[in-house]
Amino acid sequence: MANQKLFVSSHAPYWHNRSSLSAKSYNIMLAALPAVIMGIFQYGPPALGVVALSVSTAMIWELIMNYVTKRQVSIGDGNAAVIGLLLAMLLPATTPWWTVVIGTFLAVVVGKQIYGGIGCNPLNPTLVSIAIIMLSWKGLLDFDEALVNYDLGFYMVYPLAALKHLGTSVVSNYSVGELLMGQYPGAIGSTFGLGLIIGGIYLILRGMIRWEISISFLAGVFLTAFLFNISDSEKYAGPLFHLLTGYTLIGAFFLATEDSSSPVNFIPMLIYGACAGFLTVLIRNIGAFVDGTVFAILMMNVANPLLDKIRPKSLGKGIKHA
Amino acid sequence: MIKKPFFGLGKPKLTYSGVRDIEGEDLKEILPSPRITLMHKSPNGDLGDLSLSIGDEVNTGQKLNLRENGGEFLTSTATGTITDISHTTGYAGQSFVSVAIEAKSKDLWDDELEKAGKNESPENVLPFLSYIPGISDLTSIIKTDNPPNTIIINGLDRDLLIATNQIIVKTEAENLAEGVEYLKKITGVKRVIFVVPPSLRMEAEQSGAEVKVIEPHYPDATPRLLMKEILDNPVSPSQSLEDLGVGFISAEAVVALRTAFVEGKMPVTKVVTVTDKNNRLTAVRAKVGTPVSDILNALNIDVSDGDRLVFGGPMSGRGIYSEDMPILHDTDAIMVQDKDQVIPAGNDPCINCGECVRACPAKLPVNMLIRLLENGLYEEAVQEYDLLSCVECGLCSYVCIMRIPIFHYIMLGKHELALTGGLEESNG
Repeated sequence: MANQKLFVSSHAPYWHNRSSLSAKSYNIMLAALPAVIMGIFQYGPPALGVVALSVSTAMIWELIMNYVTKRQVSIGDGNAAVIGLLLAMLLPATTPWWTVVIGTFLAVVVGKQIYGGIGCNPLNPTLVSIAIIMLSWKGLLDFDEALVNYDLGFYMVYPLAALKHLGTSVVSNYSVGELLMGQYPGAIGSTFGLGLIIGGIYLILRGMIRWEISISFLAGVFLTAFLFNISDSEKYAGPLFHLLTGYTLIGAFFLATEDSSSPVNFIPMLIYGACAGFLTVLIRNIGAFVDGTVFAILMMNVANPLLDKIRPKSLGKGIKHA
Repeated sequence: MIKKPFFGLGKPKLTYSGVRDIEGEDLKEILPSPRITLMHKSPNGDLGDLSLSIGDEVNTGQKLNLRENGGEFLTSTATGTITDISHTTGYAGQSFVSVAIEAKSKDLWDDELEKAGKNESPENVLPFLSYIPGISDLTSIIKTDNPPNTIIINGLDRDLLIATNQIIVKTEAENLAEGVEYLKKITGVKRVIFVVPPSLRMEAEQSGAEVKVIEPHYPDATPRLLMKEILDNPVSPSQSLEDLGVGFISAEAVVALRTAFVEGKMPVTKVVTVTDKNNRLTAVRAKVGTPVSDILNALNIDVSDGDRLVFGGPMSGRGIYSEDMPILHDTDAIMVQDKDQVIPAGNDPCINCGECVRACPAKLPVNMLIRLLENGLYEEAVQEYDLLSCVECGLCSYVCIMRIPIFHYIMLGKHELALTGGLEESNG
């Protein structure tokens, strides 16, 4: 049998739809680009510096962890780059370099690698990092303080902070058009609402993120804000304001949809998204923090394994035959 | 290979191949091969007590009893001399006795079946027909204890890139009608349902069976999904289809029954859909036992190192490792895949993207299931995540973004459970 041909044998299926994690990561980065480019356009080289440093250090931390844990090098899958990019999008342009380096360390190492790498993280790595930064260095994420030296020609007060400290009278300073076009100060990649929406719709149509989560998150924010608003419109801002400010849009399309920390069944996805939206507005309106998106999504990340127990009956389950 | 579409919202949409996908929409005959290998799945791999021996002369259609008792037999599909008897191992450790026959060019037909059929009593003929082409074991349908009350004839095929049954429905509608008569007579069932795609409705209606038309979406023609869709009678994972009194048979096997009863000859040929490297389908008729290499040569399909040969379709077929492998009585298709098309499985963990959950026709929580299966927790996988509800379609692996061999893990889990007897403990 010396002239036998050697065939490749493996288990079925022999077809694959050719999807891959790297393609998914690059698509997410592509979808995030409009918002990032707008941020770089507005805040100039410092913003570009933060984005570049964040993406590169996230990948370096991943590489270091690959060697430390003696696993195969996984920076090619683009996941670390996505984490770095999303973290940069949540930071103001003036973030000092050391914060970015620590931030990516917290995201990639503490948020993801110590649990065993991709797929094993119970919480969204980017959000773990931003939450720790938020709690540890309060001033860094105070956008009014961070961006004090910028005058970009529009009303330079961070909308959610203004709302918190000055009340609903400030809402009239921001038109919906301005909010959509990013004409207000904030983090590098989370102010250009239209860009984020376009990116989100792109990801949904490509099947890269689960629309149920994004839509229910936005619906949760809208409904809760609406209820607060009709209960006392003097005290609480309207739903559109909440939808278009802070981290709401980036949260809906890029953060809440992180695979490992969000549910996969239909009803759990709706509950997860809606509750995250609900908590976001709750924290904003009656909590201590200016923006509640980060903690709201983290809280729901924790609830994810429990939520995902709600699932349809498998074929033939629960049937009694005579 | 069907890629994920650019807009990838929702489930993968895969459609069964049909008669119109076959070159010329007709069957090609493959010339009888001088070397025929017959294989019988035999749990007892022992070759010591075989009643066959090298040098025995056999005739076409002859029933070759493997052992003195036990009822195991092969049907010779050629006239010639036995040159080799060996033991081979197949999928998941299945044990086969394989018998090689040096065939003469002229067929001498064995007349035992014809004699048995003389007195019009099916009982005499049935013992010959356990392994007719198109069904892995006919005795699952024809049995005295707990006989089926409904038989479903599948006019679709098991997988994509196969149109074996469909071409038979298309070209042998009359024989099929006669076959249905015999099927009713020998099994005594009242209800025979014929499942076909819309394009074969006309042909199916001539058969005299109750016709159900289904859209050819993969994997809807899988027995357990048909049970739910057509009979509205989902099968609980702990039950077999026979438990519910339902038998499944392919259109090809029905025609084979007719050949045995009407012509008094054992059906010895099998229709096989052959897919070449460019996914072009050809339907051929060849003797059971013909080596794959003869069929590929006849169709001018070249294969080389690193390619893949598969019995069955791209989603649920089984890879073979030699061109000398013969086609068996239940081999519906041969698929040749170029080495450039071979996608190796990944070894990364699940990222919980949920593609498999959306794709699964049995609504399994595949994302959780795979975590248990990877760690060998098979019993827990059955109890908590319904491993046994799986209909074995392969869609989970097909869509897996991390390319985890999920289907392989599932089959391994089921196999291990069967070995330890864990299947019986599962709750319905």
